[in-house]
Amino acid sequence: MSNSSISVRKFDAVIVGAGGSGLRAAIQLSEGGLKTAVLSKVFPTRSHTVAAQGGVSASLGNSEEDHWHWHMYDTVKGSDWLGDQDAIEYMCRKAPEVVVELEHFGMPFDRTDEGKIYQRPFGGHMSNFGEKPVRRACAAADRTGHAMLHALYQRNVRANTQFFVEWMALDLIRDESGQVLGVIALEMETGEVVAFHAKATIFATGGAGRIYYSSTNAFINTGDGLGMAARAGIALEDMEFWQFHPTGVAGAGVLITEGVRGEGGILRNSDNERFMERYAPNAKDLASRDVVSRAMVTEINEGRGCGPNKDFVLLDITHLDPATIMKRLPGIREISIQFAGIDPIQAPIPVVPTCHYQMGGIPTNFKGQVVAADGVPVKGFYAAGEVACASVHGANRLGTNSLLDLLVFGKSSGDSVIEDVASGEVMHQDLPAGFADRTLARLNRLNTQTGGSNVNETRLELQRTMQKHCGVFRFKDMLVEGVAKIVEIEKEVARTEIKDKSQVWNTARVEALELDNLIEVAKATLVSAEARKESRGAHVRDDAPDTPENPNGRDDANWHKHTLWQREGSSLSYKPVTMTPLTVESIALKTRSY
Amino acid sequence: MDERERINRLRWRCTRRAMLEMDLLLGEFLERIFPTLAPAQAEAFIVLADMEDLELWPLINGSRECADPVQAEVVALLRDVRVK
Ligand SMILES: Cc1cc2nc3c(=O)[nH]c(=O)nc-3n(C[C@H](O)[C@H](O)[C@H](O)COP(=O)(O)OP(=O)(O)OC[C@H]3O[C@@H](n4cnc5c(N)ncnc54)[C@H](O)[C@@H]3O)c2cc1C
Repeated sequence: MSNSSISVRKFDAVIVGAGGSGLRAAIQLSEGGLKTAVLSKVFPTRSHTVAAQGGVSASLGNSEEDHWHWHMYDTVKGSDWLGDQDAIEYMCRKAPEVVVELEHFGMPFDRTDEGKIYQRPFGGHMSNFGEKPVRRACAAADRTGHAMLHALYQRNVRANTQFFVEWMALDLIRDESGQVLGVIALEMETGEVVAFHAKATIFATGGAGRIYYSSTNAFINTGDGLGMAARAGIALEDMEFWQFHPTGVAGAGVLITEGVRGEGGILRNSDNERFMERYAPNAKDLASRDVVSRAMVTEINEGRGCGPNKDFVLLDITHLDPATIMKRLPGIREISIQFAGIDPIQAPIPVVPTCHYQMGGIPTNFKGQVVAADGVPVKGFYAAGEVACASVHGANRLGTNSLLDLLVFGKSSGDSVIEDVASGEVMHQDLPAGFADRTLARLNRLNTQTGGSNVNETRLELQRTMQKHCGVFRFKDMLVEGVAKIVEIEKEVARTEIKDKSQVWNTARVEALELDNLIEVAKATLVSAEARKESRGAHVRDDAPDTPENPNGRDDANWHKHTLWQREGSSLSYKPVTMTPLTVESIALKTRSY
Repeated sequence: MDERERINRLRWRCTRRAMLEMDLLLGEFLERIFPTLAPAQAEAFIVLADMEDLELWPLINGSRECADPVQAEVVALLRDVRVK
């Protein structure tokens, strides 16, 4: 296949991704009169945003006094001061507006007796600059993400957004000046490769949690946006920061909510010891996520894990009254039976710390414009949601701030596109000669590879390597070894072979193409993590312990900066954290303690 | 659409879902149980796989009843899948 055989479709804007962020951006564009295409690997309401249950944060103050400035403080502190304070101020100030807007789009929020949006407390969200918990999370029962996606989708249908469902974007199109001119995509139903030629391209492709063996993320989260950006020469920011949830079902990864420990669940090691008593004598099993996760990993590393491979610990609720379990935790019993083969009324559930959320991503400013290493926007390129790094989550995300991020930056990226199109800052440029060459060569390589590596086995090897070498607790030697291993795995990824060569519905090809993206994310993560010689937020190193000079192992003098990983040469550079908010005073560096 | 295409499309819709639980469950079902189903059951499964996760999950965990007896048979089989 050559460039001339690729059909080209022209739009004002193309959005890759139909989760919360993509759909929110699409509303701005379609209602703003731009001819917009939204591409998605799955039907929009099957996007992973559906999985979010907890809620979306906004300082509405419906149940008690609250203020966006308090929300901002909590987010900066949560980020362990790695978040950019301009973007954080922007997000927290905009929160009430975008949540009320969502309500007007038809989101069925839970209500108070007076008919206002009901709000509940959530970890890390406090009133009066960290004083005491505040009710800031807005939810629609335990289906917040689902309800949000449906409301946004309906609004898009009304605005005539054009959807391309079961299409996979493969690569960005950039010209010599670096301007982004659209994407090349594959239609699964026909196997056709098409160029979407656009004035503006927004990436809203979600996270990449499948780089880990144990992940709460659905299979779709293969980091395609990150892979495409990296291959097109865009640096990835802060990729060493991944949030882990302490209790994923061992093997399956399925999330067991904190509520189980709230109801009295206890973590035990192979000696049947309640080990959290040693690590957190007061909070015990209810200590914060990172503390519990690290304690679990320490137990496993010191040989007190359970099972034949001693690679998990046990979450025990057998001492609870079965009636309580049936009443308060019915969903958890179901999940445990289905995914661990264990009825938790009779035996404890095997659990491990599990990858949950990606803090890093494609660097953007608070307007959703992608920025190059020098801080200058990349013409025609925008990103929002989990794929983007604005950076509001810094080294650690607060619960419910992600759904907020989708709404705020989905909207702001859409507004930026409208502005840039109207001002003539971006317009249709001719597609350069050979614009699809690299993509076609990749497809051709895959089609003609013989004696190559197996896609499933290579993916598993990648995931196991990430889990072992770059998990919740990081060790110098393991990181160094991990980098060497991932470089070897990269060679295998470059020679994957598929048996099925057909055009139509070739899922083997799609999975091989997803693996091309996973490897970029995995490499960016390991290389960035190995280099960062401090502990901060979710990145915790054994050789950067808590000392009086560096509380919690954080080394501001040397490491208060964002990582940028460039695919070319796998090189690293750094940029300063923005400490100046838009209108208020800077929130100065402080030790993070709760 | 030939058999390979039909199965591959179904595989995509079973393993690229909104929730990990469903990826695991439907993926395992497709590999192990689907090939053993009677034609009417296979049709019923395709209908189930086209549902959204939050429609399907209540059927599987028994908090909602199936409307159709063949669908109920397939849901019972789904409920018995133990993901390894
Ligand atoms: C179990 C779980 C619970 C969570 N709970 C909460 C919560 O309570 N509150 C909170 O704030 N956050 C929560 N999060 C995090 C939050 O849900 C996600 O960060 C957020 O939904 C991501 O939204 P998104 O729009 O960025 O991407 P997604 O919703 O993941 O959508 C990505 C879209 O991109 C498309 N796509 C990807 N690659 C391609 C490609 N190559 N070509 C075409 N299309 C592509 C997909 O088809 C999809 O439409 C939770 C996460 C998990 C895993």
